[in-house]
Amino acid sequence: MVASMKAIRQEPDARKVLLSIDDLHVWFELRRFGFGHAGYVKAVDGVTFVLYAGETIAVVGESGCGKSSLMKTILALYKPTSGKVIFEGEDLSTLSRTAMHQYHSHVGYVQQDPYGALPPFMNVQRILEEPLIVGGVRNREERLERVRKAMAEVKLSPVEDFLLKYPHMLSGGQQQRVVIARAMIMEPRFLVADEPVSMLDASVRVEILKLLRGLQEKHNLSVIYITHDLSTVSYFSERIFVMYAAKLVEKASVRHVLDNPLHPYTMALLTGTSEPDARNAETFKAIPPGEPPSLVKPPSGCRFHPRCPKIIKGICEFKEPPDFEPEPGHLVACWLYQ
Amino acid sequence: MEQSHSLLRIEDLVLHFKTTHGPVQAVDGVNFELGTNRAVVILGESGCGKTSLAKAILRLLPRNAGTYSGRIYLDGKDIMLLGDEEFRQNIRWASISMVPQAAMNALNPVMRVGEQVAEPAIVHLGVDRNGAISLVKKMFQRVGVSDDFISRYPFELSGGMRQRVTIAMALITSPSLIILDEPTSALDVLTQANIFNVLKRLKKELGISFILITHDIATSSELADDVAVMYAGQIVEVSDAYRFFERPLHPYSQKLMASVPRLHGTKEPEFITGQPPSLIDPPKGCRFASRCPFVFAKCADDPPDFEKDGRKVKCWLYA
Repeated sequence: MVASMKAIRQEPDARKVLLSIDDLHVWFELRRFGFGHAGYVKAVDGVTFVLYAGETIAVVGESGCGKSSLMKTILALYKPTSGKVIFEGEDLSTLSRTAMHQYHSHVGYVQQDPYGALPPFMNVQRILEEPLIVGGVRNREERLERVRKAMAEVKLSPVEDFLLKYPHMLSGGQQQRVVIARAMIMEPRFLVADEPVSMLDASVRVEILKLLRGLQEKHNLSVIYITHDLSTVSYFSERIFVMYAAKLVEKASVRHVLDNPLHPYTMALLTGTSEPDARNAETFKAIPPGEPPSLVKPPSGCRFHPRCPKIIKGICEFKEPPDFEPEPGHLVACWLYQ
Repeated sequence: MEQSHSLLRIEDLVLHFKTTHGPVQAVDGVNFELGTNRAVVILGESGCGKTSLAKAILRLLPRNAGTYSGRIYLDGKDIMLLGDEEFRQNIRWASISMVPQAAMNALNPVMRVGEQVAEPAIVHLGVDRNGAISLVKKMFQRVGVSDDFISRYPFELSGGMRQRVTIAMALITSPSLIILDEPTSALDVLTQANIFNVLKRLKKELGISFILITHDIATSSELADDVAVMYAGQIVEVSDAYRFFERPLHPYSQKLMASVPRLHGTKEPEFITGQPPSLIDPPKGCRFASRCPFVFAKCADDPPDFEKDGRKVKCWLYA
């Protein structure tokens, strides 16, 4: 697997662009007492990136930074306020109803909380059949065949033991396998995995991550992996996008980000992530004070400046940093690298 | 553990729950010891009985509690012998308090946070409302919450702030021991690190002891002096943190450690095949045997705790 990834990495530009996000803004209007404008929650505020066919990327950020809104817009569950989501050359906002249907079958969605994502009154077979019925697979035999295939792929075997079970009869890991099987059943082009393992135990977590990676390799899927846990990304992704207050502040390969983080926020995230080491108990961690800002009225200039230990007075408070590229392929929105 | 005298000693603690399928052996013969101003981490996966262990120590038993036995010595006194009223007055929240899992659900949504934090002080210390509020201010300062928050409601606070408030509530009666049940599992990385900074400072400044219950091995090392690993209702290994994180002894601990993804390592994390046994009818002998890579004939018998250089491990490999 390492070899295959290396081969891909050598010529990323030669790969086909699957999805491109162009200056995307997703704002939600706030209303006072149900009417009357009271500002916007700017959940995604100027995000640009491309996803290549067969590539896995990780979007890392804290809760409330807008990463789920970004994903839901990519899944076409939210409409962008401005900017574009372009899938294989077609702008999502211009798609007809049937084409949108088609698009939905190209995208698989793996939710965070497997128990919450599965309807409690449906058994596994029914849960997995549902997307096929909606997707217009009329033949019952064919549906069952595909359900079995998907279950075998996520290693829910023997299949017969699980077909008639309800979600509450399954363990957390098995539930997440059902969620993944459901995401895979329409044979999607790419997967959006929103914190797929954060609710699971340590040992099961690794199992699910390996399963996802296996599927990715087998089907040459593109995957957008959303997480707040930096320690899992290196096993799963080629590039990391670090998100803070509705913007992507650093975009680079996993190695670049983990070994040579440039943005002060990324550095803080890395400092905050613990490795199992008894010496941790003796030292205090240097963590920026405060909490992520409100997305209704984000700070002027660089949004991280009120918490930043490396603030350049006179610049960071006023001017919004563009993306700089201090080393090839490593983009960072920070005035330190001007 | 050498210099500090023992604050809490637990011997053969058992807590079973009655269900229609038979007793659930959530805590089944737990032994461990905790020194003054030390922190022990109880590591285990969901359903291994670690929260039940916390509840057993605090005698917070649900209605379907069955067998509840063993000895819990606090400062040399067996608190299992106390009557319920005496326990409530002198132990629960007076000597041992708890920070429950999921701070959002632990706080009363229709009560100002200041009032909630003051309550244990009014009940246990007998101070009046004003005295309690000034104590609250002091506690808020300790955990890094601004005074302005005293008259706010829980929904107005962020997750990290709420968790600090529950810590303040646990602190207000100046207990000698605080049990933390997954204090940071729902929080973001930076908030998590901040909370651990607060806990470390409290330990240093106030000399409090902690029992930290968690499934997160990496962050548990932020506070641990000692580590106790729990599996299927039993403690399978007790060790000092240094040697534990360096080289765990019990095969389950080793597997657990191997499952931790590292930021900078190149080693692939591994997972543990199989599932933990049911606590209703756990297997005879070693409970980890069916998933253990080193299983041998002896494992059919229940292993006792073996001593190895001051560490305890419940595994026949160390006989």
